[in-house]
Amino acid sequence: MIDTLRLTAEEAMGLIERGEASAAELHSAYLDAIRERDGELHAYLRTVDEADGAGVPIAFKDVISSRGVETTAGSKILEGYVPVFDSTVATRCREAGLPLIGKTNMDEFAMGSSTENSAYGPTRNPWDPGRVPGGSSGGSAAAVAAGLAPWALGTDTGGSVKQPASLCGIVGLRPTYGTVSRYGIVAFASSLDQVGPMTKTVRDNALLYRIIAGRDPCDTTTVEPPQPVELPEREDLKGIRVGVPKELNEAEGIEPGVKEAADRTIELCRTLGAEVGETTLPRSVEYGLACYYLVAPAEASSNLSRYDGVRYGLRVEGENGVRSMYERTRDAGFGDEPKRRIMLGAYALSAGYYEAYYGQAQKVRTVIAQEHAAAFRSFDVLVSPTSPTVAFRLGEKAENPLAMYLSDVLTIPSNMAGLPGLSIPCGLSEGLPVGFQLIGPQFSENTLFHVGHALERAIGFDVVPGRLQ
Amino acid sequence: MAITRDEVLHVARLARLELTDDEIERFTEQLSAILEAVAKVSELDLSDVEPTAHPLDLVNVWAEDEPRPSIPVEDALANAPDREAGFFKAPPA
Repeated sequence: MIDTLRLTAEEAMGLIERGEASAAELHSAYLDAIRERDGELHAYLRTVDEADGAGVPIAFKDVISSRGVETTAGSKILEGYVPVFDSTVATRCREAGLPLIGKTNMDEFAMGSSTENSAYGPTRNPWDPGRVPGGSSGGSAAAVAAGLAPWALGTDTGGSVKQPASLCGIVGLRPTYGTVSRYGIVAFASSLDQVGPMTKTVRDNALLYRIIAGRDPCDTTTVEPPQPVELPEREDLKGIRVGVPKELNEAEGIEPGVKEAADRTIELCRTLGAEVGETTLPRSVEYGLACYYLVAPAEASSNLSRYDGVRYGLRVEGENGVRSMYERTRDAGFGDEPKRRIMLGAYALSAGYYEAYYGQAQKVRTVIAQEHAAAFRSFDVLVSPTSPTVAFRLGEKAENPLAMYLSDVLTIPSNMAGLPGLSIPCGLSEGLPVGFQLIGPQFSENTLFHVGHALERAIGFDVVPGRLQ
Repeated sequence: MAITRDEVLHVARLARLELTDDEIERFTEQLSAILEAVAKVSELDLSDVEPTAHPLDLVNVWAEDEPRPSIPVEDALANAPDREAGFFKAPPA
């Protein structure tokens, strides 16, 4: 009997290597767990019946193209769309022998922080089904937390891997921009989108990052990481300089229980031998959110122009010619959040507003990158809570887009600078997981894995939600 | 209001969205609130700052112009809502 609730991907690998379980048996154990628990959670949009590969099974966020398996990006406009090619990350997982378990739920086009924007209904948090799993990779986070996948891939534009990892009590990496191919990922904001691993442990995360990272000729924005990915072993933090940016740790809206858990973890860094000091990102946090909500929608308005009812996806016939077909197709196919962002982006890019909005936001982006670079002259990693709050209730922020946007206020600044970020669970507040964010300079994933692993061992967080034990 | 109903209609036309009356009302209100929030970027004087379009300092990436198999026409059309004689079919412009 395979206990999918506790099994890490590394342990699953051991079962296979020792001949104690086959990939097909593992795959089928996860399908059983999905049948048992996913009726309530709705982490998956669809599952794959046959195990294809001899390795540890994996789940993909439904924004990742998988040949022959429907891929909707959580949108009605792509309902029934079956990719005729694999994304590069899917190819890499296939080559590594990882059988696909299924495609996970998400906010439509990865736009959201709760997975409530899915056109196929929300996902629920395994720690408390009355609460959201975060988003937009909420399905992948819930699947890993509830033992419905040993590991999963998500994507992160403004915090869509880190924030749901935080709210579901798992480990999530947003890699350095450019280290993981975007080929075959349904595009949202191309200068920000990154695929990232979502796992139960930091070591699992490093193992999966090792599989997916690397230059891809099909995505010319990719680069080879300068060092090979190392599996973390060390359990001390001697020689590591940990910076605590004041603005990220004292931001308005951080719940007291979240602050306490993060502060305890900062203290733990000291206990483990790190040098800890305060630092500052004066404009990155104050202006980051505004910067993001100009740059990302502007890119989205361009990327989502491809959904025109001609080549794939939904078509709604119009009364007179192609234009009314476009307009009706897009009104019927997109939900509210993509519509808001498309219009916001089109507005920010339109004649007369371009310099004041989009142009200015691109300059703020430079300031954010410079401030982070300055902090990294004194520190190896910067730390803060990942999300200002623990998982919130379904419906709590659904009617107020701005309140929802604030969920990503702590993850957005480093994302704008293309920096990697790792979220690890650091404790509970009100019985719900709190995530701790580690940010490093570009290509510092090995440092993040080292620090994350040492903290994970010292914290001893139990990743199995209490109600499922 | 940071954005008027007419501006919302104009932007919706640019974005090829046929909005219902309900949506126009809702989005005018929501987009106004969002635009007021993002207008915060204008507080900063950044006249001497260069814009960032891309987070990595990449130079041009070149590739050899070598032919390789492309997606067959039948595959390319597999998801099309309408097709005819090996082409995507759309209503008249």
